[in-house]
Amino acid sequence: MLEVGFFSAPALLIYCAFVLLPVVLAAFYSFWNWNGLGPLERFIGFENYTRLLSDPVFHTAVKNNFFIVIASLVVQGPIAILIALLLNRRLRFRGLFRALVFVPYVLAEVMAGLAWRIILPSPNPPAVLGPFDTWLEAIGLGDLRQAWLADQTIVMWTIFGILTWKYIGFAIILMLAGLSGMPEELTEAAAIDGAGWWKTQWYVTLPLLGPTIRIWAFLSIIGSLQLFDMVWIVTGGGPLHASSTMATYMVEFGRNTQQIGFGSAVAVVLFIISLVIALVYQRFALRRDLQGSITSGVK
Amino acid sequence: MARNRKVAAAASVAAMALLVGACAGNGGTGTTDPTTPASTDTASETGAPVEPVTLTWWHNGTGEPLKSFWEGVADEFEAANEGVTVEVQAFQNEDLQRTLIPNALNAGGDAAPDLFMVWAEGEIKAQVEAGFLKDLSGLTEVVESVGGSGTGWNVDGKQYGIPYRYGIEGLWYNKDLFAQAGVTDLPTTFSEFDEVITKLDNAGVTPIGVGGGDGWPAAHWWYQFAIKSCSADALSTAASTLDFSDPCFVTAGENLMNWIDQFEGDLPFQANPSGTPAQSVPASSAGLLANSQTSMELMGTWHRGEVAKLVPGAPADNPPAPEWLGWFPVPDIEGAAGAPGAALGSGDAWGVYVDAPDAALDLLTYISSVDVQTRFAATGEIPTVAGAEAGITDPVLKQIADGTVNASLVVTWLDTQYGPVVGKAMNDAIVNLLFGSGTAAQVPEAMNQAAATL
Repeated sequence: MLEVGFFSAPALLIYCAFVLLPVVLAAFYSFWNWNGLGPLERFIGFENYTRLLSDPVFHTAVKNNFFIVIASLVVQGPIAILIALLLNRRLRFRGLFRALVFVPYVLAEVMAGLAWRIILPSPNPPAVLGPFDTWLEAIGLGDLRQAWLADQTIVMWTIFGILTWKYIGFAIILMLAGLSGMPEELTEAAAIDGAGWWKTQWYVTLPLLGPTIRIWAFLSIIGSLQLFDMVWIVTGGGPLHASSTMATYMVEFGRNTQQIGFGSAVAVVLFIISLVIALVYQRFALRRDLQGSITSGVK
Repeated sequence: MARNRKVAAAASVAAMALLVGACAGNGGTGTTDPTTPASTDTASETGAPVEPVTLTWWHNGTGEPLKSFWEGVADEFEAANEGVTVEVQAFQNEDLQRTLIPNALNAGGDAAPDLFMVWAEGEIKAQVEAGFLKDLSGLTEVVESVGGSGTGWNVDGKQYGIPYRYGIEGLWYNKDLFAQAGVTDLPTTFSEFDEVITKLDNAGVTPIGVGGGDGWPAAHWWYQFAIKSCSADALSTAASTLDFSDPCFVTAGENLMNWIDQFEGDLPFQANPSGTPAQSVPASSAGLLANSQTSMELMGTWHRGEVAKLVPGAPADNPPAPEWLGWFPVPDIEGAAGAPGAALGSGDAWGVYVDAPDAALDLLTYISSVDVQTRFAATGEIPTVAGAEAGITDPVLKQIADGTVNASLVVTWLDTQYGPVVGKAMNDAIVNLLFGSGTAAQVPEAMNQAAATL
């Protein structure tokens, strides 16, 4: 018992000071009208919450978060699995390809965001095009040219495209790790039984990859719900709040307008949404995967 | 994010400073405070042992030449005041104002900086109400030397901030493109302005750039129409009561939209105005002007530096302002209710922490001396202290300084004036009016709603 206390105390202390305490403080502040200066004087109950939940901009933000959650699962997942299956075969330059897909993930978020902010917009279309539109023209796809970051109807798709470019490498690496742990005997056995490459993947590889996919999906969902940096750098939540997320909303309307009480209410709502989704996901999707790691032994 | 210090400025308020004849300043106690002579060490003069003092000084001049300039000023002050150490630090503007200063002031004691940048009106008011700022009214000479520009930092008759840069906004323009389009005379009324816009458009030049993506640059167009649609009385009443039911606030939006709707498509602005950021990147509105893609932009005094940075091939350190860059005041609207010659402007000021040692006041007095302010002006800034304007070398800045003095009325940026909450609601509603589905009536409506949450 002493050892347990000795080894877990530092971690517990840090966890309490930097996770639990801020959560509790945010919940506390969210009931006050407070600009962050001076003492708390004006208790307003749930007013910050009612204001937040009736704000159409916040509705857009929540919708945008869930758009990214779903689009990531539906689009990034399958692409990542396909590329991982491909890169898992014996290919020339396999190492090089693996490195290439992983490069965007290694880039700092702010650098990547700034790069896109410079590449995507066209300064004075159609006379002066940005690098991306110029490239589209050059390969004969000039008709696809868009106001990538300025059009309210497509800006979230642009953001999603950038996020896919940035994070697909991480998904692929995870899948490759899952694949490399798979015993070759199983695929050999399938081949001997007459299964083709596709059938082998579908009936043997994919089911075995299940735990990896579920963990990746979990990370992707949580990341999408808390999406902040890329959006903040690339669009700042604009135009006209069309690309706001819950986190950018919190910074824009909480910190930047010095409404710390209101911003705390946003933080609490974001926390509750993430927590509920995480718990439900763990309870239903990850239950089997986590069994060995959480329970004390095999029953 | 990377929005820079000028965004800050956009936050400014509604001080109506009658700058003409403002040299008399705002009163004060009438006697010189004996504790405030700059750069003299009273302790060593009397032979008493020198008690070491460390002053912390926070500002937003993260780039050159300002960073080295303030460090140099701190060194000079240390050299002249035995036992005083000045720790001068530069921080990114939004972090400084929105995170570092509020946290440090709340923590108090040694954590709080002794001397730091403060924004005007609604912004400084919050800090004064929380009891964090020292009343500087005793620095009579300093307060008088900045004249009417200090009004925005006067709360309930007491002076809490001493401005060190101050100027009005106007239209920055490309002289070459104007010449190319055959524009020979600069417009002084809005109908002449319309003719210029049409001429530029006919010559294939985009008339005006606007960084609508950041909100405030677009909102400034509405502010201009507001100070020209509302009387000085209506503006000051709204600023003190935060009640925007005066019909002139609706008229301002209607006049603005009437003006814009006479042009086709995105005109008079560039394509995709609502998705264009204001600064830092080539496709920003500052970048468009710097790259001769647009011919005008409504901006404050800082724009000279912002454009200079983005001119193709500009050096990273101290890029010179391009020769083609000119400036003229925003034209008057004929027949409008507001004061003719009214202008929007503001600046940045120094505030002193309530428990700061007296040496901080000496430092502030030194920074506000004609000598330091004159050298400050020479770095490409518009100073506030009477006499320091001699240091302005750039003809365009000289023009702005003159325009500031000659304006019949200087109204602080409306968002700074009304404070961050109402300011944000106002700017969002204006962007929605300009580029979304908003109406003129929704702007004051949103402002009233935001004021109700305060």
